[in-house]
Amino acid sequence: MWRESKCEREREKMANKQISQMGLPKSIANVFAARNVFTAKDALSLTEFELMELLDVGLAQVTSAVAHISEIVCPPYQTALSLMELRVQNEHLAGHLPTHMKGLDEALCGGIPFGVLTELVGPAGIGKTQFCLKLSLLASLPAIYGGLDGHVMYIDVESKFSSRRLIEIGVKSFPEIFQRKEMAQEMAGRIHVLQPASLSEFTESEPSVIKIVTSLQQIKVSLLQNQVKLLVIDSMAALVTGEFEHGAPRQNTLGWHVSFIKSLAEFSRIPVVVTNQVRSQSRDETCHYFFQVQSWNETIEDRTRHDSHLVAALGINWAHAVTIRLVLEAKSGQRFIKVAKSPISPPLAFPFNITSSGILLLSDDGIELTGPDINAIHCQGLSLRFCWGNLQKNIKWMPKTTIGHYLKCGALNADGIHHLVFLLIAFWWNNFIRTDKLKSFNFTDHAM
Amino acid sequence: MEVGRLPISASQRSKLIAAGYTTLSSFSSLSPSHLARDLKISDNEAAEIMRVASHSHRLDGSAGGCGTVNGAQTAWDMLHEEEMFPRITTSCEDLDNILGGGINCKEVTEIGGVPGIGKTQLGIQLAINVQIPVDYGGLGGKAIYIDTEGSFMVERALQIAEACIEDMSECGGLLRKDFQACQLKMHPNNILENIFYFRVCSYTEQIALINYLDKFISEHKDVKIVIVDSVTFHFRQDFDDMALRTRLLSGMALKLMKLAKDFSLAVVLLNQVTTKYIDGSFQLTLALGDSWSHSCTNRVILYWNGNERYAYIDKSPSLRSASAPYSVTSKGIRNSASNCKRIKMM
Repeated sequence: MWRESKCEREREKMANKQISQMGLPKSIANVFAARNVFTAKDALSLTEFELMELLDVGLAQVTSAVAHISEIVCPPYQTALSLMELRVQNEHLAGHLPTHMKGLDEALCGGIPFGVLTELVGPAGIGKTQFCLKLSLLASLPAIYGGLDGHVMYIDVESKFSSRRLIEIGVKSFPEIFQRKEMAQEMAGRIHVLQPASLSEFTESEPSVIKIVTSLQQIKVSLLQNQVKLLVIDSMAALVTGEFEHGAPRQNTLGWHVSFIKSLAEFSRIPVVVTNQVRSQSRDETCHYFFQVQSWNETIEDRTRHDSHLVAALGINWAHAVTIRLVLEAKSGQRFIKVAKSPISPPLAFPFNITSSGILLLSDDGIELTGPDINAIHCQGLSLRFCWGNLQKNIKWMPKTTIGHYLKCGALNADGIHHLVFLLIAFWWNNFIRTDKLKSFNFTDHAM
Repeated sequence: MEVGRLPISASQRSKLIAAGYTTLSSFSSLSPSHLARDLKISDNEAAEIMRVASHSHRLDGSAGGCGTVNGAQTAWDMLHEEEMFPRITTSCEDLDNILGGGINCKEVTEIGGVPGIGKTQLGIQLAINVQIPVDYGGLGGKAIYIDTEGSFMVERALQIAEACIEDMSECGGLLRKDFQACQLKMHPNNILENIFYFRVCSYTEQIALINYLDKFISEHKDVKIVIVDSVTFHFRQDFDDMALRTRLLSGMALKLMKLAKDFSLAVVLLNQVTTKYIDGSFQLTLALGDSWSHSCTNRVILYWNGNERYAYIDKSPSLRSASAPYSVTSKGIRNSASNCKRIKMM
């Protein structure tokens, strides 16, 4: 771990390295400094002719100076073979975190891969947080039980983390560990939950975006100190949108977050799991190029199809940035988990249910889906059954987001209304009738 | 030739003009020491200016009466040269057909598409196919894979390498019953060993690496393909100055073209997509803008057509616009399953 972090620090230094320290001939180095070109980044951001104009030296000199700087800043190379051997030797299962869902693990060549972003996207209540809870538990388990024996950083933006549910999953899946109280305490103690409400050093008036940004930078430090082996961000859309009510996050904020999280994953070689929300597809969004001619009939069909479709939030830029995308959806009342984007897996869909021990695949041989349908997100006939702990945690954020979501989703069919009424009753019950006994078992730590 | 067009520094140019030398012919017949006295610069500097001037003069070809122009090639010679270099197959016959046999060396090819369409798969397939030995119709070269997003998965490269070797042994067995000596001795690890992997984390590193490739490839002469996956990623994250971005991208494109020509290798750039508002509706288009779309020689767009993946030649000086289906299987890029054609013997 230390070797990798040192590597990252060196790489960062390279790009910002001072030209004066690069061993260029004195004369040219002085000229660079005299014209305010201090770092490698400044020098490489100008073309060679621009540098010639700026520095007032000949082309040959500029070319050799740029070649020298480039050689120093350039990243080192490895052969693909040495990359593979390094991972097989040093990492758990050649760099994978097994999810204990046999079909999914096989499809992903062992499990959630290290060093890249894995995204879970699906409608509300489908099971994304359940998946994350199970993964957090698995990462904290000792190696003999197939875990990573490490700490977990769980960024809970919408306060959905339920410690009771976590313990329940643990007790049902690994009774031999969790029956003993001190083991349960140790495992649960390795999961560090960061919630916006717990950052007390910020005042109420500060937007939560700033809080999260600062905490992300703190994570980098604590990653090295605390042997963190998994980072979960639940959910990314809420993190970026922050206080903004309507949809599209500003491109700049998202861009910075993406680069930062990816480089974090890359250098610390840990799995990073990020959840994402869905939104309905607007009529304007076609998915065609200029050379794809559509007949009139097709257009009508497409439009009706689009109105009932959900798409992942955060846009196409984000879709390119994640390496693995797992889509969770409901079709005719049955939930599916689909490997929608993955460089190492075929496009498979696995039916699943949520049980007391987490997520259970109903079949380990997935259904292979051809075509772009693997990316589509359906939400048909979903009857959401909440377990009590989950419901209690959902209540806090429920009114604004869930009702709004269901209205937008257009799911005001019989199912939806039934569900909504149930939630409203529960909300009233929770806020006016509940006792403090329900609030025990709250592991909400500060980050280090 | 005008003095203003010479690649010399600004102060030297201004001194020349101030001393009255506005065209090349006005000082080309002088001796360096004479020029040095006139401009009040050192002898060495004057000699340097004279050297640069005569070099540019030669390239310009304005010395009338010379038969061949220095630095140019005749079209006939170019045709023969092109036939000498085999193209890199994509392992999908239909795709190879519309590409005129495969990815061309000495050219920059841009391949773009939506997430999940198979760009990285195609990149890895090409990195492996370039290593097919000359006996089997390939180039027997090595590959450079520049990864800007971290999407290169070694497990997948191993899978595709194993499948490639299997295919070669099958074809080899059928063709060369009499050439018993040509036993295929390749192991997937050998193939992985010939892929040079660079991980780039910022646009500064990307530019530095492209500059450094010149030196790297002169040391590793058998590199025959450079794949950049993807060329877009670092230029899309918070780049405030769009004009700077355009300049950097065009500079990079020129360097890559020069690399392709000088070392006779293929350069493949993978690009992402974005939506653009044209003619009253949103359309998909490749990222990095209009000026970038001029930079690459060939442009291929991968897209979904119904339930099949298709490739479309959007721009090419020598190929017609055409579409071909392909599929991504556990063995890599292959023909689309719905068109069952005979596998071409290599």
